[in-house]
Amino acid sequence: MYLLIVYTTDRMLLSGDEAVALGAHDAGILLGTGYPGTPSTEILESFAALGGRAQWSPNEKVALEVAAGAAYAGAGAIVTMKHVGLNVAADPLFTLAYTGVTGPLVIVSADDPGMASSQNEQDNRHYAVAAGVPMIEPSDSQESYESVRLAVMIARQWKTPVLLRMTTRVCHSKTIVSRMAPIAADEPHFIRNIPARVMIPAYARPAHKRLRAKLSAIAAWNEAEGPNQCLDGSPALGIIASGVAFQHAREAAPGASVLKLGMTYPLPLDRIRDFASTVERCVVIEEGDPYLLDAIRAAGIAAEGKSEMYRFGELNVARVRRILARDCTPEPVPPAGKPPELCKGCPHRQVFQILRDLDAIVAGDIGCYSLGVLPPFQAMDSLVCMGASIGVGLGMRHALPPHEAKRVVSVIGDSTFVHSGLTGLAEMIYNPPPSGHVVIVLDNGTTAMTGMQEHPGTGRTLDHHHTGKLIFEDVARAMGIRNVTVIDPCADPQGLARVVSESLARPDLSLIVARRNCLLAAADIRRYDNAG
Amino acid sequence: MPAEVVNIVIAGLGGQGVLKASDIVAEAAFRAGFDVKKAEVHGMSQRGGSVTSDVRFGPRVLSPMVPAGAADFLVVLAPDQVEPNRHHLSPSGRLIAPDAVEESTLRNKRSLNVALLGALSKALPIPESVWIEAIRANLAPKLHDVNLEAFALGRAR
Repeated sequence: MYLLIVYTTDRMLLSGDEAVALGAHDAGILLGTGYPGTPSTEILESFAALGGRAQWSPNEKVALEVAAGAAYAGAGAIVTMKHVGLNVAADPLFTLAYTGVTGPLVIVSADDPGMASSQNEQDNRHYAVAAGVPMIEPSDSQESYESVRLAVMIARQWKTPVLLRMTTRVCHSKTIVSRMAPIAADEPHFIRNIPARVMIPAYARPAHKRLRAKLSAIAAWNEAEGPNQCLDGSPALGIIASGVAFQHAREAAPGASVLKLGMTYPLPLDRIRDFASTVERCVVIEEGDPYLLDAIRAAGIAAEGKSEMYRFGELNVARVRRILARDCTPEPVPPAGKPPELCKGCPHRQVFQILRDLDAIVAGDIGCYSLGVLPPFQAMDSLVCMGASIGVGLGMRHALPPHEAKRVVSVIGDSTFVHSGLTGLAEMIYNPPPSGHVVIVLDNGTTAMTGMQEHPGTGRTLDHHHTGKLIFEDVARAMGIRNVTVIDPCADPQGLARVVSESLARPDLSLIVARRNCLLAAADIRRYDNAG
Repeated sequence: MPAEVVNIVIAGLGGQGVLKASDIVAEAAFRAGFDVKKAEVHGMSQRGGSVTSDVRFGPRVLSPMVPAGAADFLVVLAPDQVEPNRHHLSPSGRLIAPDAVEESTLRNKRSLNVALLGALSKALPIPESVWIEAIRANLAPKLHDVNLEAFALGRAR
């Protein structure tokens, strides 16, 4: 497990996530919300360890809404999520840009280029443009720390939410952080402002115009005073970079002139134009999509990007050297490591063994149990996003011929079920397939994949104190599913096999809760329970 | 103080303490006054798969990742992870393999990670007392004795 650093001195070796937490603490943030997701998870855990008020929400949309409410009330709030979490939270995000905020609202999106632990490598810088929220991109832990302060300053001045866009290497690398003097917290109090916060069309139309005016003002500030830095070097080569790509580029081309962009929306295009005009060759070094390159070229500034092959995966020093050398030959492939697997004795193993033996068609979901797709089980036929197992399973049941439809099972973990499985159940009750359907909730009592975080189904808060608890079987029955079974997959594997077979044979709806605590979490869960 | 950045890659399997070992190295270098960066990818690390972590220290470190083929030291905790990770080593780099410490001499086999740091520590410009502080700072007090013993064992070889 991750032993959190004790923040006692003014100079510390911190991960980017820990630095964001410390930054939030020192910037007077009152409330942290989020949903666990690699590589963002440690931010709220560290914030709580610092004495901050941090709470897991059922999903990112709710987390952003709670943080927005706190910011409407005048408090400083931070909300954390992995990149795909911002898809879930996109609905409030776009309209929060219109309403603006009273207290500072910092939205952390932790992207995962290279997909170390994600289902896609989407580049969330596009969200800043699409929604119209300013975006800061730190390149190490010191900048992560300072980014929160800067975001708070920008949010206060322009009453806008600010996107803090991190990536796996910034979140999970440790670098040295020097602490700064704390900023006083905002004092929450309610100020009624109906036209600013009630987005009926009559109020939203002027709000959109206010947003665009605000972004123009922020762009002007970014040109003049933004967190961008020009490092003098040879005029033969100029590099424009942001995030961790800046660090790689500095190392790959120590003699080059560099324009480092710390605030990448709205872009300081005049500053970029000036920089480009001083160098003979101007190359944009960025991970993921050609976000900077496209914007720079659209502004009529001549710049060179990377070959398409470098759009995939993370950058590193060697890849940046290749980009600069315009080297498009195949890259060396490092030897394959050992893939991860479901732990020996993991309760999910029993379930996947049964599903494999029954030749079930399995609509899967996001979590440790995604590993059920690998040998020896290979018992997963789809994996899209949080909660998709239920909808995708239902769709297959609707479309497949009856002899195949009755083999379809949706498999979803406990935390994922709370995150976005409940609306899937509503769909199942409302539009039941003719062959019925079977949902298995793999309830291991924790959000295991991201490192054992609590959720509403555990009945414990982020810091493991007892609170209200969502009981899945009660919810399913209350929603109208009659055939609900709770079973321990390790204590009674035969019973589980029988229940799954019988449920598949029925023409109605079944929900099976396979409940057994995660092996890695069991001792801690016992300790929390005994603490009362 | 070395004029150049020292590059260390620690490799093993999830659950072996790769990340803990790299935390200790980074902490020791930090306490010794160097600029330090440490990179790793965790998330799948507890599921028994391959795990590596990079530590770089020196007067000034830029990228947090050890460039390909530039590791001065490769510390490997699992025998079957030596070959898949050998490509990290620079031509003059040094491998510290799991058999650098006789496992049977360890009071607790789980201290192999710290024992191998003992072997690594002899080659690095960081005083022993700083290593000991770094080990204490990164482990729960009940684990101090067994790990300090393992460290001494690795360092003595």
